[in-house]
Amino acid sequence: MTTLGVQLPGLDLKNPIMPASGCCGFGEELGNLYDLNQLGAIMIKAATSKPRFGNPTPRVAETPQGMLNAIGLQNPGVATIVAEKIPKLHAKFKDLPIIANVAGSAQADYVAVCDQISRAPGVSAIELNISCPNVAHGGMEFGVDPTAAFELTKACVNVSAVPIYVKLSPNVTDIREIAKAVAMAQPAGFTLINTLVGMRFDLTTRQAILANQTGGLSGPAVLPVALRLIHQVRSVCDLPIIGMGGVTCAEDVLEMIIAGADAVAIGTANLTDPFACPEIITALPAVMAKYHISSIESLIHERKGKLVK
Amino acid sequence: MIKDYTLTVTNQIEVADTIYELTLAGAITKDPIAAGQFVNVKIPNPAYILRRPFGIAEVNVAQGYIKLIYRVVGDGTQILAQLSKGATLNVLGPLGHGFPSEFLNQNADVLIIGGGTGLPPLYELSRRLYHEGHHLDIALGFPNKQRIFYEAKMSQFGHTMVSTDDGSYGLQGTIIDLIDQNFTDKSYQAIYACGPRGLELAVSAHFKGHPHAYISAEARMACGIGICNACVLHTTADTSGATNKKVCTDGPVFHINEVVL
Repeated sequence: MTTLGVQLPGLDLKNPIMPASGCCGFGEELGNLYDLNQLGAIMIKAATSKPRFGNPTPRVAETPQGMLNAIGLQNPGVATIVAEKIPKLHAKFKDLPIIANVAGSAQADYVAVCDQISRAPGVSAIELNISCPNVAHGGMEFGVDPTAAFELTKACVNVSAVPIYVKLSPNVTDIREIAKAVAMAQPAGFTLINTLVGMRFDLTTRQAILANQTGGLSGPAVLPVALRLIHQVRSVCDLPIIGMGGVTCAEDVLEMIIAGADAVAIGTANLTDPFACPEIITALPAVMAKYHISSIESLIHERKGKLVK
Repeated sequence: MIKDYTLTVTNQIEVADTIYELTLAGAITKDPIAAGQFVNVKIPNPAYILRRPFGIAEVNVAQGYIKLIYRVVGDGTQILAQLSKGATLNVLGPLGHGFPSEFLNQNADVLIIGGGTGLPPLYELSRRLYHEGHHLDIALGFPNKQRIFYEAKMSQFGHTMVSTDDGSYGLQGTIIDLIDQNFTDKSYQAIYACGPRGLELAVSAHFKGHPHAYISAEARMACGIGICNACVLHTTADTSGATNKKVCTDGPVFHINEVVL
Protein backbone atom coordinates (compact mmCIF):
# COMPACT_ATOMS: atom_id res chain seq x y z
CA MET A 1 0.00 0.00 0.00
CA THR A 2 1.42 3.35 -1.00
CA THR A 3 1.00 6.41 1.15
CA LEU A 4 -1.48 8.11 -1.18
CA GLY A 5 -3.05 5.25 -3.16
CA VAL A 6 -6.75 4.40 -2.96
CA GLN A 7 -8.61 1.44 -4.50
CA LEU A 8 -12.22 2.02 -5.52
CA PRO A 9 -14.45 0.01 -7.85
CA GLY A 10 -13.03 0.46 -11.36
CA LEU A 11 -10.49 2.99 -10.08
CA ASP A 12 -6.93 2.21 -9.09
CA LEU A 13 -6.01 5.70 -7.86
CA LYS A 14 -2.34 6.51 -7.26
CA ASN A 15 -3.58 9.32 -5.05
CA PRO A 16 -7.05 10.48 -3.98
CA ILE A 17 -7.01 13.70 -6.04
CA MET A 18 -8.89 14.37 -9.27
CA PRO A 19 -10.13 17.53 -10.97
CA ALA A 20 -13.94 17.72 -10.82
CA SER A 21 -16.18 17.67 -13.86
CA GLY A 22 -16.69 21.09 -15.42
CA CYS A 23 -13.43 22.39 -13.97
CA CYS A 24 -10.98 20.64 -16.30
CA GLY A 25 -12.73 20.44 -19.68
CA PHE A 26 -11.63 17.25 -21.42
CA GLY A 27 -8.12 17.53 -20.02
CA GLU A 28 -6.74 19.29 -23.06
CA GLU A 29 -5.89 22.65 -21.49
CA LEU A 30 -4.60 21.39 -18.14
CA GLY A 31 -2.68 18.71 -20.04
CA ASN A 32 -0.72 21.48 -21.73
CA LEU A 33 0.23 22.91 -18.33
CA TYR A 34 1.29 19.78 -16.41
CA ASP A 35 1.57 16.00 -16.66
CA LEU A 36 -1.93 14.69 -15.92
CA ASN A 37 -0.50 11.23 -15.15
CA GLN A 38 0.26 12.71 -11.71
CA LEU A 39 -3.46 12.84 -10.94
CA GLY A 40 -5.43 10.10 -9.25
CA ALA A 41 -8.02 10.41 -12.02
CA ILE A 42 -9.84 13.05 -14.08
CA MET A 43 -13.58 13.73 -14.20
CA ILE A 44 -14.19 15.10 -17.67
CA LYS A 45 -16.93 17.53 -18.65
CA ALA A 46 -20.50 16.29 -18.88
CA ALA A 47 -21.56 14.45 -22.01
CA THR A 48 -25.10 14.65 -23.35
CA SER A 49 -26.63 12.76 -26.28
CA LYS A 50 -26.64 15.86 -28.53
CA PRO A 51 -24.24 18.83 -28.65
CA ARG A 52 -25.24 21.67 -26.32
CA PHE A 53 -24.22 25.34 -26.45
CA GLY A 54 -25.40 25.78 -22.87
CA ASN A 55 -26.85 28.90 -21.28
CA PRO A 56 -26.59 32.51 -22.45
CA THR A 57 -23.86 34.68 -20.89
CA PRO A 58 -23.02 36.00 -18.30
CA ARG A 59 -22.51 32.51 -16.94
CA VAL A 60 -20.42 33.26 -13.85
CA ALA A 61 -20.57 35.66 -10.92
CA GLU A 62 -18.30 36.08 -7.95
CA THR A 63 -19.54 35.55 -4.39
CA PRO A 64 -17.71 35.83 -1.07
CA GLN A 65 -15.20 32.93 -1.03
CA GLY A 66 -17.00 31.40 -3.96
CA MET A 67 -18.67 31.78 -7.32
CA LEU A 68 -21.92 31.06 -9.11
CA ASN A 69 -21.92 29.34 -12.46
CA ALA A 70 -24.66 28.55 -14.92
CA ILE A 71 -22.76 27.06 -17.84
CA GLY A 72 -25.64 24.75 -18.74
CA LEU A 73 -23.83 21.53 -19.64
CA GLN A 74 -22.13 22.94 -22.71
CA ASN A 75 -20.51 20.03 -24.56
CA PRO A 76 -19.95 18.79 -28.10
CA GLY A 77 -22.17 15.72 -27.62
CA VAL A 78 -21.29 12.13 -26.77
CA ALA A 79 -20.37 11.13 -30.33
CA THR A 80 -17.62 13.77 -30.59
CA ILE A 81 -16.48 13.13 -27.03
CA VAL A 82 -16.09 9.40 -27.69
CA ALA A 83 -14.58 9.87 -31.15
CA GLU A 84 -12.21 12.76 -30.41
CA LYS A 85 -11.94 14.07 -26.84
CA ILE A 86 -11.47 10.82 -24.89
CA PRO A 87 -9.03 9.16 -27.38
CA LYS A 88 -6.90 12.32 -27.40
CA LEU A 89 -6.74 12.42 -23.60
CA HIS A 90 -6.14 8.68 -23.27
CA ALA A 91 -3.38 8.68 -25.92
CA LYS A 92 -1.50 11.50 -24.20
CA PHE A 93 -1.94 10.30 -20.59
CA LYS A 94 -2.05 6.51 -20.61
CA ASP A 95 -1.89 6.12 -16.80
CA LEU A 96 -4.77 8.49 -16.11
CA PRO A 97 -8.10 6.89 -15.17
CA ILE A 98 -10.92 8.79 -16.89
CA ILE A 99 -14.26 9.25 -15.17
CA ALA A 100 -16.86 10.28 -17.75
CA ASN A 101 -19.66 12.54 -16.52
CA VAL A 102 -23.04 11.75 -18.07
CA ALA A 103 -26.02 14.11 -18.12
CA GLY A 104 -29.33 14.30 -19.96
CA SER A 105 -32.88 15.55 -19.99
CA ALA A 106 -34.65 12.18 -20.16
CA GLN A 107 -33.85 8.70 -18.85
CA ALA A 108 -33.42 7.31 -22.37
CA ASP A 109 -30.69 9.92 -23.05
CA TYR A 110 -28.77 8.98 -19.92
CA VAL A 111 -28.98 5.28 -20.77
CA ALA A 112 -27.83 5.78 -24.35
CA VAL A 113 -24.92 8.00 -23.34
CA CYS A 114 -23.82 5.60 -20.56
CA ASP A 115 -23.96 2.68 -22.98
CA GLN A 116 -21.78 4.49 -25.52
CA ILE A 117 -19.29 6.30 -23.31
CA SER A 118 -18.67 3.37 -20.93
CA ARG A 119 -17.20 1.45 -23.86
CA ALA A 120 -14.73 4.15 -24.85
CA PRO A 121 -11.13 2.99 -24.27
CA GLY A 122 -9.65 4.71 -21.23
CA VAL A 123 -12.96 5.32 -19.45
CA SER A 124 -12.69 3.64 -16.03
CA ALA A 125 -15.93 4.82 -14.48
CA ILE A 126 -18.98 7.02 -15.03
CA GLU A 127 -20.16 9.87 -12.86
CA LEU A 128 -23.92 9.99 -13.33
CA ASN A 129 -24.91 13.64 -13.11
CA ILE A 130 -28.44 13.68 -11.70
CA SER A 131 -27.80 16.97 -9.95
CA CYS A 132 -26.97 19.73 -12.44
CA PRO A 133 -28.91 22.79 -11.23
CA ASN A 134 -28.47 24.77 -14.46
CA VAL A 135 -30.65 23.03 -17.02
CA ALA A 136 -34.38 23.45 -17.51
CA HIS A 137 -35.14 19.76 -17.92
CA GLY A 138 -33.47 16.72 -16.44
CA GLY A 139 -30.38 17.08 -14.31
CA MET A 140 -31.46 17.97 -10.80
CA GLU A 141 -35.06 16.89 -11.47
CA PHE A 142 -33.84 13.30 -11.18
CA GLY A 143 -31.59 13.95 -8.22
CA VAL A 144 -34.26 15.40 -5.93
CA ASP A 145 -36.79 12.59 -6.36
CA PRO A 146 -35.85 9.24 -4.72
CA THR A 147 -37.94 7.14 -7.11
CA ALA A 148 -36.72 8.85 -10.28
CA ALA A 149 -33.13 8.72 -8.99
CA PHE A 150 -33.41 4.99 -8.26
CA GLU A 151 -34.92 4.15 -11.64
CA LEU A 152 -32.46 6.22 -13.62
CA THR A 153 -29.49 4.75 -11.73
CA LYS A 154 -30.78 1.19 -12.19
CA ALA A 155 -31.26 1.65 -15.93
CA CYS A 156 -27.75 3.11 -16.32
CA VAL A 157 -26.09 0.47 -14.12
CA ASN A 158 -27.71 -2.19 -16.34
CA VAL A 159 -26.18 -0.88 -19.58
CA SER A 160 -22.84 0.47 -18.40
CA ALA A 161 -19.62 -1.45 -19.04
CA VAL A 162 -17.88 0.40 -16.17
CA PRO A 163 -18.80 1.18 -12.54
CA ILE A 164 -21.19 4.07 -12.00
CA TYR A 165 -20.83 6.74 -9.32
CA VAL A 166 -23.97 8.82 -8.84
CA LYS A 167 -23.48 12.55 -8.30
CA LEU A 168 -25.85 13.78 -5.62
CA SER A 169 -27.43 17.20 -5.26
CA PRO A 170 -27.18 19.24 -2.07
CA ASN A 171 -30.44 20.96 -3.01
CA VAL A 172 -32.67 18.46 -1.20
CA THR A 173 -34.52 18.25 2.11
CA ASP A 174 -32.74 15.08 3.23
CA ILE A 175 -29.85 13.73 1.17
CA ARG A 176 -29.96 10.45 3.10
CA GLU A 177 -33.32 9.54 1.54
CA ILE A 178 -31.95 10.06 -1.98
CA ALA A 179 -28.73 8.19 -1.15
CA LYS A 180 -30.61 5.22 0.27
CA ALA A 181 -32.91 5.04 -2.76
CA VAL A 182 -30.01 5.28 -5.22
CA ALA A 183 -28.02 2.66 -3.28
CA MET A 184 -30.84 0.15 -3.91
CA ALA A 185 -29.94 0.38 -7.63
CA GLN A 186 -26.43 -0.85 -6.75
CA PRO A 187 -24.17 1.78 -8.23
CA ALA A 188 -20.43 1.55 -7.41
CA GLY A 189 -20.59 4.67 -5.28
CA PHE A 190 -21.47 8.33 -4.96
CA THR A 191 -19.89 11.64 -5.76
CA LEU A 192 -21.00 14.71 -3.83
CA ILE A 193 -21.75 17.52 -3.69
CA ASN A 194 -22.88 19.22 -6.84
CA THR A 195 -23.34 22.99 -6.51
CA LEU A 196 -25.87 24.81 -4.31
CA VAL A 197 -28.45 26.92 -6.15
CA GLY A 198 -27.92 30.64 -5.61
CA MET A 199 -28.41 34.11 -7.10
CA ARG A 200 -26.71 37.51 -7.24
CA PHE A 201 -28.10 40.85 -8.39
CA ASP A 202 -26.49 43.91 -9.93
CA LEU A 203 -27.26 47.10 -8.00
CA THR A 204 -27.04 49.28 -11.12
CA THR A 205 -29.25 47.25 -13.44
CA ARG A 206 -31.41 45.72 -10.65
CA GLN A 207 -31.21 42.47 -12.62
CA ALA A 208 -29.81 39.05 -11.77
CA ILE A 209 -26.14 38.96 -12.80
CA LEU A 210 -26.44 35.54 -14.41
CA ALA A 211 -28.39 35.35 -17.67
CA ASN A 212 -29.84 32.09 -16.34
CA GLN A 213 -30.96 34.02 -13.20
CA THR A 214 -29.84 31.23 -10.87
CA GLY A 215 -26.54 29.38 -10.78
CA GLY A 216 -24.61 26.83 -8.76
CA LEU A 217 -22.53 28.05 -5.82
CA SER A 218 -19.08 26.51 -5.47
CA GLY A 219 -15.72 27.35 -3.94
CA PRO A 220 -14.45 27.52 -0.35
CA ALA A 221 -17.80 28.92 0.85
CA VAL A 222 -19.48 25.51 0.33
CA LEU A 223 -16.82 23.33 2.04
CA PRO A 224 -18.65 22.99 5.39
CA VAL A 225 -21.92 22.16 3.61
CA ALA A 226 -20.16 19.49 1.56
CA LEU A 227 -18.52 18.02 4.67
CA ARG A 228 -21.84 17.77 6.46
CA LEU A 229 -23.64 16.17 3.50
CA ILE A 230 -20.83 13.66 2.92
CA HIS A 231 -20.98 12.80 6.61
CA GLN A 232 -24.74 12.33 6.38
CA VAL A 233 -24.54 10.02 3.36
CA ARG A 234 -21.71 8.08 5.01
CA SER A 235 -23.93 7.58 8.06
CA VAL A 236 -26.52 5.62 6.02
CA CYS A 237 -24.39 3.94 3.38
CA ASP A 238 -21.10 2.05 3.04
CA LEU A 239 -20.62 2.70 -0.69
CA PRO A 240 -17.49 4.60 -1.76
CA ILE A 241 -17.83 8.37 -1.86
CA ILE A 242 -15.78 10.75 -4.00
CA GLY A 243 -16.14 13.98 -2.04
CA MET A 244 -16.05 17.47 -3.54
CA GLY A 245 -17.09 20.99 -2.67
CA GLY A 246 -14.77 23.88 -1.88
CA VAL A 247 -11.55 21.92 -1.42
CA THR A 248 -8.47 24.10 -1.95
CA CYS A 249 -5.65 22.46 0.04
CA ALA A 250 -4.30 19.20 1.45
CA GLU A 251 -5.89 19.89 4.85
CA ASP A 252 -9.33 20.14 3.21
CA VAL A 253 -8.72 16.79 1.47
CA LEU A 254 -8.00 15.04 4.76
CA GLU A 255 -11.00 16.71 6.39
CA MET A 256 -13.23 15.38 3.63
CA ILE A 257 -11.90 11.86 4.10
CA ILE A 258 -12.53 12.09 7.84
CA ALA A 259 -16.10 13.22 7.05
CA GLY A 260 -16.69 10.12 4.94
CA ALA A 261 -15.06 10.46 1.51
CA ASP A 262 -12.73 7.87 -0.02
CA ALA A 263 -11.29 10.15 -2.68
CA VAL A 264 -11.57 13.88 -3.31
CA ALA A 265 -12.28 15.97 -6.38
CA ILE A 266 -11.02 19.52 -6.78
CA GLY A 267 -13.40 21.86 -8.60
CA THR A 268 -13.40 25.63 -8.45
CA ALA A 269 -9.81 25.75 -7.15
CA ASN A 270 -8.70 24.80 -10.69
CA LEU A 271 -10.28 28.00 -11.98
CA THR A 272 -8.40 30.13 -9.47
CA ASP A 273 -5.17 28.19 -9.90
CA PRO A 274 -4.83 25.71 -12.77
CA PHE A 275 -1.98 24.00 -10.90
CA ALA A 276 -4.17 23.39 -7.79
CA CYS A 277 -4.33 19.59 -8.17
CA PRO A 278 -0.58 18.86 -8.49
CA GLU A 279 0.10 21.40 -5.71
CA ILE A 280 -2.31 19.60 -3.37
CA ILE A 281 -0.85 16.18 -4.28
CA THR A 282 2.65 17.47 -3.54
CA ALA A 283 1.53 18.98 -0.24
CA LEU A 284 -0.35 15.91 1.03
CA PRO A 285 2.53 13.78 2.45
CA ALA A 286 3.86 16.53 4.73
CA VAL A 287 0.40 17.48 5.98
CA MET A 288 -0.38 13.78 6.58
CA ALA A 289 2.87 13.42 8.53
CA LYS A 290 1.96 16.43 10.64
CA TYR A 291 -1.28 14.72 11.70
CA HIS A 292 0.30 11.25 12.02
CA ILE A 293 -1.58 9.80 9.08
CA SER A 294 0.50 6.97 7.58
CA SER A 295 -1.61 6.57 4.44
CA ILE A 296 -4.91 7.64 2.91
CA GLU A 297 -6.17 4.05 3.18
CA SER A 298 -5.26 4.01 6.88
CA LEU A 299 -7.25 7.20 7.44
CA ILE A 300 -10.25 5.64 5.67
CA HIS A 301 -9.82 2.48 7.78
CA GLU A 302 -9.59 4.51 10.98
CA ARG A 303 -12.78 6.38 10.07
CA LYS A 304 -14.67 3.16 9.42
CA GLY A 305 -13.82 2.08 12.95
CA LYS A 306 -15.22 5.11 14.69
CA LEU A 307 -17.58 7.06 12.48
CA VAL A 308 -20.45 8.29 14.57
CA LYS A 309 -23.71 7.41 12.87
CA MET B 1 4.08 29.02 -22.24
CA ILE B 2 1.33 29.80 -19.74
CA LYS B 3 2.65 30.05 -16.19
CA ASP B 4 1.43 31.44 -12.89
CA TYR B 5 4.04 34.14 -12.45
CA THR B 6 4.73 36.03 -9.25
CA LEU B 7 5.29 39.60 -10.42
CA THR B 8 6.40 42.60 -8.38
CA VAL B 9 4.71 45.98 -8.51
CA THR B 10 7.37 48.50 -9.50
CA ASN B 11 5.04 51.42 -10.11
CA GLN B 12 1.37 52.35 -9.97
CA ILE B 13 -0.10 55.66 -11.10
CA GLU B 14 -3.63 56.98 -11.60
CA VAL B 15 -3.51 58.03 -15.27
CA ALA B 16 -7.08 59.38 -15.32
CA ASP B 17 -10.08 59.47 -13.01
CA THR B 18 -10.41 55.91 -11.55
CA ILE B 19 -8.00 54.54 -14.19
CA TYR B 20 -4.70 53.06 -13.04
CA GLU B 21 -1.50 52.02 -14.80
CA LEU B 22 0.22 49.16 -12.99
CA THR B 23 3.80 48.19 -13.81
CA LEU B 24 4.70 44.60 -12.96
CA ALA B 25 8.24 43.22 -13.16
CA GLY B 26 9.25 39.59 -13.40
CA ALA B 27 9.95 36.57 -15.54
CA ILE B 28 6.78 36.83 -17.68
CA THR B 29 8.65 38.86 -20.31
CA LYS B 30 11.22 36.08 -20.86
CA ASP B 31 8.83 34.22 -23.17
CA PRO B 32 7.20 35.84 -26.22
CA ILE B 33 4.05 37.90 -25.62
CA ALA B 34 1.88 38.92 -28.59
CA ALA B 35 0.15 42.31 -28.66
CA GLY B 36 -3.46 41.62 -27.70
CA GLN B 37 -2.77 38.78 -25.29
CA PHE B 38 -4.01 39.12 -21.71
CA VAL B 39 -3.22 38.01 -18.18
CA ASN B 40 -5.50 36.74 -15.41
CA VAL B 41 -4.61 38.45 -12.15
CA LYS B 42 -5.33 36.98 -8.72
CA ILE B 43 -6.72 39.55 -6.31
CA PRO B 44 -4.41 39.41 -3.27
CA ASN B 45 -7.22 38.59 -0.83
CA PRO B 46 -8.58 35.04 -0.40
CA ALA B 47 -12.21 36.22 -0.38
CA TYR B 48 -11.96 36.86 -4.14
CA ILE B 49 -11.56 33.57 -5.94
CA LEU B 50 -12.03 34.71 -9.53
CA ARG B 51 -9.01 36.23 -11.21
CA ARG B 52 -9.42 39.47 -13.17
CA PRO B 53 -8.52 39.41 -16.88
CA PHE B 54 -6.60 42.43 -18.25
CA GLY B 55 -5.18 43.03 -21.71
CA ILE B 56 -1.43 43.62 -21.62
CA ALA B 57 -0.85 47.33 -22.29
CA GLU B 58 2.91 47.25 -22.74
CA VAL B 59 5.70 44.71 -22.82
CA ASN B 60 9.26 45.82 -22.09
CA VAL B 61 11.55 42.85 -22.61
CA ALA B 62 14.79 44.77 -22.01
CA GLN B 63 13.69 46.03 -18.60
CA GLY B 64 11.60 42.96 -17.77
CA TYR B 65 8.20 44.47 -17.07
CA ILE B 66 4.64 44.57 -18.36
CA LYS B 67 2.05 47.27 -17.82
CA LEU B 68 -1.65 46.80 -17.17
CA ILE B 69 -4.26 49.55 -17.25
CA TYR B 70 -7.59 49.10 -15.52
CA ARG B 71 -10.52 51.05 -14.17
CA VAL B 72 -11.69 50.63 -10.60
CA VAL B 73 -15.19 49.19 -10.96
CA GLY B 74 -15.56 47.01 -7.86
CA ASP B 75 -13.94 45.62 -4.75
CA GLY B 76 -11.35 43.56 -6.63
CA THR B 77 -9.98 46.43 -8.69
CA GLN B 78 -10.15 48.66 -5.60
CA ILE B 79 -7.77 46.25 -3.86
CA LEU B 80 -5.44 46.33 -6.88
CA ALA B 81 -5.48 50.13 -6.88
CA GLN B 82 -4.16 50.17 -3.31
CA LEU B 83 -1.07 48.12 -4.13
CA SER B 84 2.16 50.00 -3.84
CA LYS B 85 5.72 49.43 -4.97
CA GLY B 86 7.15 46.11 -3.80
CA ALA B 87 3.82 44.25 -3.53
CA THR B 88 3.58 40.97 -5.44
CA LEU B 89 0.75 39.58 -7.56
CA ASN B 90 0.04 36.13 -9.01
CA VAL B 91 -0.38 36.66 -12.72
CA LEU B 92 -1.42 33.82 -15.03
CA GLY B 93 -0.35 34.31 -18.62
CA PRO B 94 0.22 35.20 -21.30
CA LEU B 95 -3.26 34.07 -22.38
CA GLY B 96 -5.25 33.98 -25.60
CA HIS B 97 -4.28 35.04 -29.11
CA GLY B 98 -3.11 38.50 -30.08
CA PHE B 99 -3.88 40.74 -33.06
CA PRO B 100 -2.83 39.17 -36.38
CA SER B 101 -0.52 41.42 -38.39
CA GLU B 102 1.73 39.06 -40.35
CA PHE B 103 -0.32 39.71 -43.51
CA LEU B 104 0.42 43.48 -43.54
CA ASN B 105 2.32 44.86 -46.53
CA GLN B 106 5.34 47.09 -45.92
CA ASN B 107 4.33 50.55 -44.70
CA ALA B 108 0.68 49.55 -44.54
CA ASP B 109 -2.10 51.97 -43.60
CA VAL B 110 -3.73 50.80 -40.39
CA LEU B 111 -6.65 52.18 -38.37
CA ILE B 112 -6.63 51.77 -34.59
CA ILE B 113 -9.96 52.24 -32.75
CA GLY B 114 -9.91 52.31 -28.96
CA GLY B 115 -12.74 52.96 -26.53
CA GLY B 116 -12.06 53.68 -22.84
CA THR B 117 -10.27 50.87 -21.05
CA GLY B 118 -10.29 48.89 -24.32
CA LEU B 119 -7.31 51.03 -25.30
CA PRO B 120 -4.51 49.21 -23.37
CA PRO B 121 -3.82 46.23 -25.71
CA LEU B 122 -3.96 48.65 -28.66
CA TYR B 123 -1.11 50.65 -27.15
CA GLU B 124 1.27 47.68 -27.35
CA LEU B 125 -0.04 46.83 -30.84
CA SER B 126 0.42 50.41 -32.05
CA ARG B 127 3.92 50.59 -30.57
CA ARG B 128 4.95 47.48 -32.48
CA LEU B 129 3.25 48.40 -35.76
CA TYR B 130 4.81 51.87 -35.66
CA HIS B 131 8.30 50.43 -35.15
CA GLU B 132 7.68 48.03 -38.04
CA GLY B 133 7.13 51.08 -40.25
CA HIS B 134 3.38 51.00 -40.69
CA HIS B 135 1.28 54.18 -40.92
CA LEU B 136 -1.25 54.45 -38.14
CA ASP B 137 -4.39 56.51 -37.81
CA ILE B 138 -5.81 56.38 -34.31
CA ALA B 139 -9.39 57.06 -33.17
CA LEU B 140 -9.97 57.13 -29.42
CA GLY B 141 -13.29 57.47 -27.61
CA PHE B 142 -13.87 58.19 -23.92
CA PRO B 143 -16.92 58.97 -21.79
CA ASN B 144 -15.60 62.40 -20.79
CA LYS B 145 -12.46 64.52 -20.41
CA GLN B 146 -11.68 63.17 -16.92
CA ARG B 147 -11.42 59.61 -18.20
CA ILE B 148 -9.00 60.33 -21.07
CA PHE B 149 -5.63 58.61 -20.84
CA TYR B 150 -2.72 57.82 -23.18
CA GLU B 151 -3.74 60.40 -25.81
CA ALA B 152 -0.18 61.79 -25.97
CA LYS B 153 1.41 58.36 -25.85
CA MET B 154 -0.74 57.13 -28.73
CA SER B 155 0.01 60.32 -30.71
CA GLN B 156 3.66 59.22 -30.95
CA PHE B 157 2.57 56.45 -33.28
CA GLY B 158 0.20 58.24 -35.64
CA HIS B 159 -2.47 60.84 -36.32
CA THR B 160 -4.68 60.63 -33.22
CA MET B 161 -8.18 62.08 -32.77
CA VAL B 162 -10.39 61.89 -29.69
CA SER B 163 -14.14 61.91 -29.15
CA THR B 164 -16.06 62.09 -25.89
CA ASP B 165 -19.65 61.09 -25.21
CA ASP B 166 -20.39 64.39 -23.46
CA GLY B 167 -18.28 66.66 -25.68
CA SER B 168 -16.06 67.78 -22.81
CA TYR B 169 -13.01 67.13 -25.02
CA GLY B 170 -12.50 66.58 -28.73
CA LEU B 171 -15.45 65.70 -30.90
CA GLN B 172 -18.78 65.20 -29.17
CA GLY B 173 -20.16 61.94 -30.42
CA THR B 174 -19.43 58.30 -30.95
CA ILE B 175 -16.25 56.83 -32.28
CA ILE B 176 -18.04 56.06 -35.54
CA ASP B 177 -18.81 59.81 -35.87
CA LEU B 178 -15.11 60.45 -35.30
CA ILE B 179 -14.13 57.96 -37.99
CA ASP B 180 -16.73 59.29 -40.46
CA GLN B 181 -15.48 62.85 -40.00
CA ASN B 182 -11.72 62.23 -39.95
CA PHE B 183 -10.68 58.85 -41.25
CA THR B 184 -12.46 58.26 -44.55
CA ASP B 185 -9.86 59.24 -47.13
CA LYS B 186 -7.68 56.14 -46.83
CA SER B 187 -8.29 52.50 -47.61
CA TYR B 188 -6.88 50.79 -44.54
CA GLN B 189 -5.30 47.39 -44.94
CA ALA B 190 -6.21 46.51 -41.37
CA ILE B 191 -8.51 47.80 -38.67
CA TYR B 192 -7.97 46.89 -35.01
CA ALA B 193 -10.56 47.79 -32.38
CA CYS B 194 -11.07 47.24 -28.69
CA GLY B 195 -13.66 48.80 -26.42
CA PRO B 196 -17.09 48.29 -24.92
CA ARG B 197 -19.53 45.96 -26.67
CA GLY B 198 -21.41 48.91 -28.24
CA LEU B 199 -18.22 50.18 -29.86
CA GLU B 200 -17.32 46.74 -31.15
CA LEU B 201 -20.81 46.20 -32.59
CA ALA B 202 -20.64 49.60 -34.32
CA VAL B 203 -17.15 48.90 -35.68
CA SER B 204 -18.27 45.46 -36.89
CA ALA B 205 -21.22 46.99 -38.74
CA HIS B 206 -19.20 49.90 -40.14
CA PHE B 207 -16.42 47.73 -41.56
CA LYS B 208 -18.61 44.76 -42.52
CA GLY B 209 -16.92 42.68 -45.20
CA HIS B 210 -13.45 44.12 -44.57
CA PRO B 211 -10.97 41.24 -44.87
CA HIS B 212 -8.78 42.42 -41.99
CA ALA B 213 -10.97 44.11 -39.38
CA TYR B 214 -10.40 42.70 -35.90
CA ILE B 215 -11.94 43.29 -32.49
CA SER B 216 -10.72 42.18 -29.10
CA ALA B 217 -13.78 40.90 -27.25
CA GLU B 218 -14.49 41.38 -23.58
CA ALA B 219 -16.28 38.72 -21.53
CA ARG B 220 -17.05 37.78 -17.97
CA MET B 221 -14.49 35.06 -17.42
CA ALA B 222 -13.41 32.64 -14.73
CA CYS B 223 -10.42 30.44 -15.60
CA GLY B 224 -8.96 32.33 -18.59
CA ILE B 225 -7.50 29.10 -20.00
CA GLY B 226 -10.47 27.40 -21.66
CA ILE B 227 -11.68 24.94 -19.03
CA CYS B 228 -14.77 26.60 -17.57
CA ASN B 229 -16.71 27.68 -20.69
CA ALA B 230 -17.91 30.89 -19.04
CA CYS B 231 -16.82 33.26 -21.82
CA VAL B 232 -18.30 31.64 -24.92
CA LEU B 233 -19.71 33.42 -27.97
CA HIS B 234 -21.86 32.08 -30.77
CA THR B 235 -20.21 32.06 -34.18
CA THR B 236 -21.72 33.95 -37.12
CA ALA B 237 -21.70 30.67 -39.06
CA ASP B 238 -23.92 29.08 -36.38
CA THR B 239 -25.71 31.86 -34.52
CA SER B 240 -27.86 29.66 -32.28
CA GLY B 241 -26.34 26.19 -32.40
CA ALA B 242 -23.78 24.39 -30.29
CA THR B 243 -20.74 25.70 -32.19
CA ASN B 244 -18.94 28.30 -30.13
CA LYS B 245 -15.76 30.25 -29.57
CA LYS B 246 -14.19 30.87 -26.20
CA VAL B 247 -13.04 34.46 -25.73
CA CYS B 248 -10.16 33.29 -23.52
CA THR B 249 -8.53 30.72 -25.79
CA ASP B 250 -10.01 31.23 -29.28
CA GLY B 251 -9.82 35.02 -28.78
CA PRO B 252 -9.85 37.52 -27.32
CA VAL B 253 -9.09 38.82 -30.82
CA PHE B 254 -11.56 37.80 -33.52
CA HIS B 255 -12.22 38.90 -37.06
CA ILE B 256 -15.45 40.96 -37.05
CA ASN B 257 -17.20 38.28 -39.13
CA GLU B 258 -16.25 35.41 -36.84
CA VAL B 259 -18.40 35.75 -33.73
CA VAL B 260 -21.72 37.14 -32.54
CA LEU B 261 -20.90 39.82 -29.97
